[in-house]
Amino acid sequence: MPREGILVRTPYERITDEQVQQIHHASMEILSDPGLISFNKDAAEIFRSNGADVTTVSSGDNPSWLIRIPEELVLSAVDSTNKTVKLGARNLENILVMKGDEPRVFFITGSETNTWLDVDFQTYVRKSEPATEIRVPEFHPRRGTVADLCKSAHVCEHLQTVDGYIRTVNIQDKDITEDNKDVNKFFASLNNTTKHVMSGLTSLHQLDNVVRMAELIVGGKEQLKENPIISFITCLVKSPLQFVEDTTDTFIEVCRRGLPVVVSSSPQAGTSAPIRESGIMAQINAEVLAGITLSQLVNKGTPVLYGSVPVRARMDTLGDSYGSVETSQYNIDCVQMARFYKIPNYSTSGVCDAKIPGQQSSIGRLFSDLVVTLSGPQFLHCAYGLLDCNAIFCLLQAVLDDAHFQMIKFLLKPALIGEKEISETLTQIREVVATPQKMYIRHIRPVMRSGEISPPYPFEGDLASDNVFALAYERMNELLAKPVEHIDSITTSKIFQEIPGLLPRLNVYEGRS
Amino acid sequence: MAEDILKLIQENVIQGRITKDDEGFEEGMAGQPGVTELVEAALVQKIDPQDIISKGLTKGMEIVGQKFEAKEYFIPDMLAAAQAVGAAMDILEPHLAGTGIKAKGKIIVATVKGDLHDIGKNIVSILLRGAGYTVKDLGNDIDTSTIVEAVREEQPQLLGLSALLISTMANMADVIQALNDAGLRDKVKVIIGGAPVSEDFAKSIGADGYGADGFNAVRVVESLFDAGSA
Repeated sequence: MPREGILVRTPYERITDEQVQQIHHASMEILSDPGLISFNKDAAEIFRSNGADVTTVSSGDNPSWLIRIPEELVLSAVDSTNKTVKLGARNLENILVMKGDEPRVFFITGSETNTWLDVDFQTYVRKSEPATEIRVPEFHPRRGTVADLCKSAHVCEHLQTVDGYIRTVNIQDKDITEDNKDVNKFFASLNNTTKHVMSGLTSLHQLDNVVRMAELIVGGKEQLKENPIISFITCLVKSPLQFVEDTTDTFIEVCRRGLPVVVSSSPQAGTSAPIRESGIMAQINAEVLAGITLSQLVNKGTPVLYGSVPVRARMDTLGDSYGSVETSQYNIDCVQMARFYKIPNYSTSGVCDAKIPGQQSSIGRLFSDLVVTLSGPQFLHCAYGLLDCNAIFCLLQAVLDDAHFQMIKFLLKPALIGEKEISETLTQIREVVATPQKMYIRHIRPVMRSGEISPPYPFEGDLASDNVFALAYERMNELLAKPVEHIDSITTSKIFQEIPGLLPRLNVYEGRS
Repeated sequence: MAEDILKLIQENVIQGRITKDDEGFEEGMAGQPGVTELVEAALVQKIDPQDIISKGLTKGMEIVGQKFEAKEYFIPDMLAAAQAVGAAMDILEPHLAGTGIKAKGKIIVATVKGDLHDIGKNIVSILLRGAGYTVKDLGNDIDTSTIVEAVREEQPQLLGLSALLISTMANMADVIQALNDAGLRDKVKVIIGGAPVSEDFAKSIGADGYGADGFNAVRVVESLFDAGSA
């Protein structure tokens, strides 16, 4: 049985059907005029041979082409996409099945941050009352390593609400190079979680090694097709409206192999996209559709996700403001656009502007996690543990995030209101109002242990103290102490024999007899 | 035979089942006799009321308390069990006269004038009854004079007052002053409870105790009775 996710029965819709149509038509216009600039020759050729109007913009060292994509080509590509995308997993119970017209949400981690935030607790004494001590968390940033990635995947394996795993930290060990980064980050992830693993690719040259690794794990090419335990995310479009040379190469090659892939676009309203909602929406929709069209022209039926990572610019620095309310609005709009095309959506929430866990971080992420979930994206990249936009990862924050996703999932449980419940309730009300104390407490009991009552916040402090961080830290360490189902020793041995560049220290069986 | 029925009483206290219509935790309990039916059956069988209390009701409540401490049971479980014990005590009370068995004590509870919020007072009332006290609940929005009259007539060892509103908590002080004026203050201990009140407030108005929550209130009452001051 695949993972259930959470079905949003009545998704929140921000824009009307008419506005969806308006954005769609504006995007179609954009794709034909002004069209996209491609810095990737293959993409230009593929579009040209399929009837798009392609002209050379510049030649020489940095050649580029203008691609004007006719509406019928886009619509035909949208038509040929799989409306159901399956993301496999080492543990078959962790498989994710996403249907473009079903607002069933799966919560996935990510993205890749450069900085890992360690936590420890210091004890402070009150000056005016030395007997009073408090423990305060301190956060220490450092460069992420492959050991951190293993730790993060390990904890996310045990976090109840995490449905799939995008690597949370960029591995920057001294012995990690551009040539071995991909195999090591995929292996570290796959070996520490049995959930689906998605990642970007650093080097196209490593694609076949990564795919082969996955084949070894599941037992072969056909088995990987049936159970794609890995998938890829590619930012082939640079806003505004440009196909990037190298990531488009990667995208094309992933499509040729028929593995699931996210077409991701991340325009920033105000700088690389218009500041108004109508503008960024028309543009991001055009950019994603261009990528989706390319995927289907390369390999019809490539399982593809409509990837949207829109963001508004900060007015003080013109950097990203993922914590802005507009960012959530754009994401909700994108969910609606993807649903309009019946293509499963990769959406974003929980990315916040705060640099350490705290009140700003909690408020920012919970707000966007809640509202974007309510709109019903299928693949919600919800930034477990991410801070400072996508620069910092903190495992403690990921544990805190899991607690509020449990609340969100509970909120979305279907309402238990029906003839049977109403009939029982009427009996109960008549019975209770006839008693002297008129209390319903006795009737709590039958439902108390059935899962119908939401659990208390797991990190609630005693009395007036706020022990959230300390309790979450305890929970984090409990999760780290839990065992992980690693890839078996025989397969691990095959992987280390066949896949070049893997760090020997990642072999958990090495040194064991 | 007697042992069997006492065991059943104990088990049904743990399940919080007052009558045969109540569900327990376990499937299929509805329809089987609850605590009230079992106590009546025990009386028909001439089982000593003292044994019904100590080997059935009190033993059951002890186990419920242990389960609560172990976080296996929650407050609704405690209240259900306490309600079952309270209902059983109502049946047993007429049979205790002349047996030499006394109730643990008599308590009057009331929510003071101007305040309709009585959930807390009701919970305390249930828990006290479950703990073996005779509790007379005057209700909510009760005039000071009515409370004083009840104390004069019923002669309880303890009076419990509750208020939820800042605007009504001052009426607790009025009740204590009125008890003083009526010459009854040294005959009854007064404890107070409710969201806006505190230990300090209790002291400031001359109350004998403060219950922070239902369970704490029972502990405060127990300590006042144990100390012989109530």
